[in-house]
Amino acid sequence: MSIEIPKDSWPGEVRTITIGATAEEGGTRTSTVTVGGEKTLPFMHFESPMPYRPVVAIEIKDRKPDDWSQLLNETWGEVMENPGLWAKAAEEVGAEIIQLSLSLTDKDGNRNTAEAAVSAVKNILENTGLPIMVYGPGQAEIDNELIVPISDATKGERVVLGICEDKNYRTIVASALANDHLVTARAPMDVNLSKQLNILIQDMGLSLDRVLMDPTTGALGYGIEYGFSVMERLRLAALQGDAMTQLPMAVTVGFEAWKTKEAKVGVDVPKTWGDWLERSITWETLTAISLIETGADIVSLRHPESVKRVRAAIEELIAVPAIA
Amino acid sequence: MALSGIEIYKLLPKTNCKDCEFPTCLAFAMKLATKQVELSACPHVSEESQSLLAASSEPPIRLVSLKSDGYEVKAGNEVVLFRHEKTFYNMPGLFIRVTDEMTSEQIQKKLKPAEEYLVNYVGIDLAVDGYAIESTSNDPTKFKSAVESVRSVSKKPIVLICKDPKVIRAGLDVLEGESPLIYAADESNWEEMGEIAKNANAPLVVSSPNIDSIAEITEKLKDFGVLNLVLDPANRDLSTSLMQFTQIRRLAIKKDFRPLGYPVIAFPCHAPSPETESIQAAQAITKYAGFIVLETFSPEALYALLVLRQNIYTDPQKPIQVQPGIYEINDPKPEDPVLVTTNFSITYFSVANEVEGSGQPAWLLVSEAEGMSVLTAWAAGNFDAERIAKDVKRFEIADKVTNKQIVLPGHVSVLSGELEEELPDWDVRVGPREAVDLPAFLKQAL
Ligand code: B12
Ligand code: SF4
Repeated sequence: MSIEIPKDSWPGEVRTITIGATAEEGGTRTSTVTVGGEKTLPFMHFESPMPYRPVVAIEIKDRKPDDWSQLLNETWGEVMENPGLWAKAAEEVGAEIIQLSLSLTDKDGNRNTAEAAVSAVKNILENTGLPIMVYGPGQAEIDNELIVPISDATKGERVVLGICEDKNYRTIVASALANDHLVTARAPMDVNLSKQLNILIQDMGLSLDRVLMDPTTGALGYGIEYGFSVMERLRLAALQGDAMTQLPMAVTVGFEAWKTKEAKVGVDVPKTWGDWLERSITWETLTAISLIETGADIVSLRHPESVKRVRAAIEELIAVPAIA
Repeated sequence: MALSGIEIYKLLPKTNCKDCEFPTCLAFAMKLATKQVELSACPHVSEESQSLLAASSEPPIRLVSLKSDGYEVKAGNEVVLFRHEKTFYNMPGLFIRVTDEMTSEQIQKKLKPAEEYLVNYVGIDLAVDGYAIESTSNDPTKFKSAVESVRSVSKKPIVLICKDPKVIRAGLDVLEGESPLIYAADESNWEEMGEIAKNANAPLVVSSPNIDSIAEITEKLKDFGVLNLVLDPANRDLSTSLMQFTQIRRLAIKKDFRPLGYPVIAFPCHAPSPETESIQAAQAITKYAGFIVLETFSPEALYALLVLRQNIYTDPQKPIQVQPGIYEINDPKPEDPVLVTTNFSITYFSVANEVEGSGQPAWLLVSEAEGMSVLTAWAAGNFDAERIAKDVKRFEIADKVTNKQIVLPGHVSVLSGELEEELPDWDVRVGPREAVDLPAFLKQAL
């Protein structure tokens, strides 16, 4: 029997986006990352080659965070005190992008300042040749206060700035436009809200070739099924030709996975939860893999071991099957 | 293949006698096509039409079930490629593997903790579904005693693994009256294996790295009378297996291709390390496996996989919910505080487990929030001061407490002012944002 394998041939394709710029391109990065370009569902090599592989970013902070799992503090150790060294360490353990999440306050509880944030970013750029993404603390006013000067100070580097949400995207988008950067647009798990936000951003004159989309996700056990399905739907819409969904997707897996009780707490939890460290890494890894297989192009992770595992899995997934 | 209303109409008596309580046969056929009525409502269909209609209503992926004394693991009956299109129905069974070259003690040592394993996730108890026994010795006697060793620990369903029919027979001898899964038929042994499966009334796996050959063998086995089949596209790397599992699912569902209309089995047990094993198993869960065989029993990996399975197989239209109302935790007294949360299961259990673990007594008011998390419900207008106040009254919590202290989740601290207006005689407090911090809060702040 020779079965005719049905092949989906889609009218649409995901945009291709390059993050970071080398010296020739007007930046200082020693490597850049290109994502997107998919013409079919993830890893369906028999229908169309996957032009770019999904990539792994490591999330770091501008100072040692107060609320990260003790396990992460132990793994990263002293470098957490210095974002440049942290970025360098992240590069050494396999990051392809550095995703900096700015803190709301300094370690004494005072509001973070533009000077401090810019100097953290400069420190990172000096210590790593990787492309970077910079996300604000997630409060409109202070996001703008910190992101704009960073954007100005890194003109031409093709940094990904974020996070643009419906309540706060104008300032970040305008600044990305002025300085040749990119942005991440985040909507809360809803296809139409994602599309709407992308339209608004495009209306400001920023080409969608400079926009990554974060449909928001939940960790394993805490809403991953919603993230999984919304990503699947967005990617299907993109392939069906809906231009407003044809953007590579970037999700903050580490942030979600490490805020779960499973990853944060090691004592007084059920014995059936097993080993704390291995559980946490598995939590982060499986959340990442499940989302990569539904269409994530960039996953931000926190633990080096998860990075290793996820990258190995991606390596295996991008290999074209011998029988395809 | 599902028939259209017109095709069904052609098979009906076309007398419009109205005994089915529809005005015409066509009207009845239309309802039948959308599965809103049962064929039995028409007393006049011919036997021939009945069998044609029954065949057409068969699911695109056959339901296959493994049975043992008191247990059943089902796979198949899926109707969509993507869970958002409807839902995934039958969660893949997770089986832990042992071999017949392990001693009886080794088998028991490995399986006892697996058998006792029970983990609670949002009020649902999750466990291992069964065990796979592989003959690496190819010796019927050894295999038989391995099956006996497994049965001395567990009554759960079993997968018997060996390509040699003699060995499988020896294993089956121990499993009288059960339907274990037999692994596997291939080009060379399908007839003998088919015979065994038929006699034992047990489902049979068809294994080949090539899906063309799988389809050929399933057709032959079907003609031979073996209907309960499971497919093993025997490529173990992530990429090839993702491709083949997807192709099989698409052929079954989109093309109604019967030779591959069976559940699929995955073998992460062959992965080179426990880490890659859990990744392979996760892929199998999200991408279409019906049965999954694992090598490693480790609580942390198993917990993650069981939760992933639970999440992926949740009906997208219905969040898992708990009943709104008042829940008493650690025997609260009238002077103890009232904590407010929503009726989304994940939310409720995060909070309830923390409070319970803290040993501090509290009244938990679970508000009707359409099964949404705190922030989702708040953003959707299903969890505001008005609603909370209404539930406070509806559940008459004021009659149970004297202190009238009510604690809001930290994430919705913005509601505190309005809630004070709604409930003027209550002391409204804002709790921590995350439930993990509740024990400390209950001890210190209240
Ligand atoms: C999954 C999810 C959904 C799912 C719904 C899941 C469900 N059944 O609730 C879907 C996709 C349907 C959804 C929809 C929407 N969502 Co939504 N969603 C999420 C997501 C990813 C996770 C929520 C979750 O399950 N958390 C886990 C549970 C356990 O958390 P929790 O209920 O808050 O409980 C914790 C604490 O609050 C605390 N706690 C709980 N009770 C109590 C009680 C006391 C006393 C205390 C002290 C503590 C406490 O303990 C728990 C553990 O720490 C979040 C983002 C995120 N990653 O958090 C967005 C999020 C909640 N959604 C959001 C929005 C805006 C929406 C929509 C309005 C979007 C839209 N317009 O369509 C819709 C609304 C629904 C609708 N109109 O139908 C926003 C809310 C923004 C805001 N701050 O107001 C969020 C934060 C995303 C974002 N960053 O923008 N969402
Ligand atoms: S009972 Fe049967 S024959 Fe009579 S109208 Fe209904 S479908 Fe037609």
